[in-house]
Amino acid sequence: MSGILILAEHRRGELRAATLEAIGAAGQLKAAVGGEVSVAVIATDPSAFVPAVSVGAVDEVVTITTPEAATFEPHLYERALSDLIAARKPALVLMPHSVDSWALAPAVAIANDLGFATDVFGLQVEEGAVVATRAGYQEKVFVEIDFPGRAGVLVTLRSGAFEPAAGPAQPRITPFEAGDAQRRSRHLDWRDPPATGGIDIPGSPFILSIGRGVGDEANVAQFLELAEGLGATLGCSRPIADNGWLPKARQVGQSGQLAAKCNLYVAMGISGSVQHQWGMKHVENIIAVNKDPEASIFSIARYGIVGDMLEIAEEVRKQKGL
Amino acid sequence: MKILVPVKRVASLDDEFELRDDGRDVDPDFCEFDLNEFDEYALETAVLIKEAAPEGTVEVVVLTIGPDDADDTLRKALAKGADRAIRVDDADLGDADRVAIARIIAKVAEQEEPGLVLCGAQSSDFGHAQTGMSVAALLGWPRVAVVSRLDYAPGAASATVERELEGGLVERIEVETPAVLTIQLGINTPRYASLRAIKQANAKAIESRTPTDLGLSTGEIGGAGALSRVRRVYVPERGKSEMIEGTPSQQAARLLEIIEEVQG
Repeated sequence: MSGILILAEHRRGELRAATLEAIGAAGQLKAAVGGEVSVAVIATDPSAFVPAVSVGAVDEVVTITTPEAATFEPHLYERALSDLIAARKPALVLMPHSVDSWALAPAVAIANDLGFATDVFGLQVEEGAVVATRAGYQEKVFVEIDFPGRAGVLVTLRSGAFEPAAGPAQPRITPFEAGDAQRRSRHLDWRDPPATGGIDIPGSPFILSIGRGVGDEANVAQFLELAEGLGATLGCSRPIADNGWLPKARQVGQSGQLAAKCNLYVAMGISGSVQHQWGMKHVENIIAVNKDPEASIFSIARYGIVGDMLEIAEEVRKQKGL
Repeated sequence: MKILVPVKRVASLDDEFELRDDGRDVDPDFCEFDLNEFDEYALETAVLIKEAAPEGTVEVVVLTIGPDDADDTLRKALAKGADRAIRVDDADLGDADRVAIARIIAKVAEQEEPGLVLCGAQSSDFGHAQTGMSVAALLGWPRVAVVSRLDYAPGAASATVERELEGGLVERIEVETPAVLTIQLGINTPRYASLRAIKQANAKAIESRTPTDLGLSTGEIGGAGALSRVRRVYVPERGKSEMIEGTPSQQAARLLEIIEEVQG
């Protein structure tokens, strides 16, 4: 009952960056948990990912060659990972809180009788026991979760919550043979997000973004004009793109774009879900306009205006002569 | 064929709220409850499959776990096209977590034998994203999380789905059925219930069960069936924006000033 096991996540031949954050978290906890840090790679050719995961506190890379796992398949991954957990009995298993993990982590936790928490951004070890912290009620409270009586705990980590591991490591490589598993689904193809049509959220230094508060499709056009008049790129939150009011290329957030080069972000009528914040909370100057004084966007914004976005927009237009 | 749609009554907090005496949750007196937004999309997905099939061949069954008050949530689902509603009383559930809740849903699924179980991808209040996929694991059924498109003919041996990944990438998958799928926002446009449908829903009976009725053992119910326990809930200290006060005109003027300052 010791050590930390991390499942490497990869897609289309590339290691996903969230894996490095999980390795970073393991590095912070290694001394308190005790034992080694191992990374499991499940792939048709796991050796391809060994260099990318040989970083930080990693002592060992466990390669599980699974000819059928050219792409993620939850049932194959479940078998392979469960067999490894049964053999090793790690005290802590870490995965990114990603779409792949959503389909995998509950099954692995249940099958191995592990303590289980998801979307975790804080981890401590108290008297040898893991305590996980996550948020609740739309981020308005924090929740500490413990796992009484569990020998092992599986935790999925919120993206961006832990510093990614850096610096080379020289782990030993251990091949592991998992039992036969039956796949229950079949990959057909990938579809990349539609062309952005010249809309450049990742490259834009100034983004004016609108959310549910815009109220009606008829109100959207004026914000395109307002953004243009101010020299900003118009962005939006998920519901606006889901409604088809603006193209997906303008959506900021986890299933959309990252405002990577942004220095000024004006969020109008956006309450600030975790998924949206992922795309913009790093921006140095965030100005939030929202009717709800308790909206979670105000906890990350530098400046806040409690008010009606349409009214504020109207005033801005007037004063700028737009 | 049946489609089972487990739904959650999610809580939003009042502006001012207090914690429960044991400090492990918010006092429910300070919560407003409503049907989880993600579950509305799962329900609409089920109702669309029903409407595309010959009349009377597909039955949509909604299920929730909660107190009497949760019947409101089920009536909303009935008004939006569900045919039957089941509520499992939560009186004995104590420290149930998502996995313990999934044990109940899995039992109902074993009894109802649906061709599909459609859940919301996550709840809008906590976002654990555990319940639906735990149900699949407990049933041993095929599963796909975060489905943004579903093509399924009732009775077919497989469904074609799209799952939405980080960055908007989409993977098209064929999955065996019966299956458990969790549904992403935006897969469809959930309907509004008509006044007539609301009236009809209010007249419908809600089937009531307890975990014991369903055949769960003591070791599976509530905290005993959970994989986690809430130790403490607290309100975090967090950054607070510098608030710009005044009339909308003054606020807009300051907003423009800040934009100019930042842009240099």
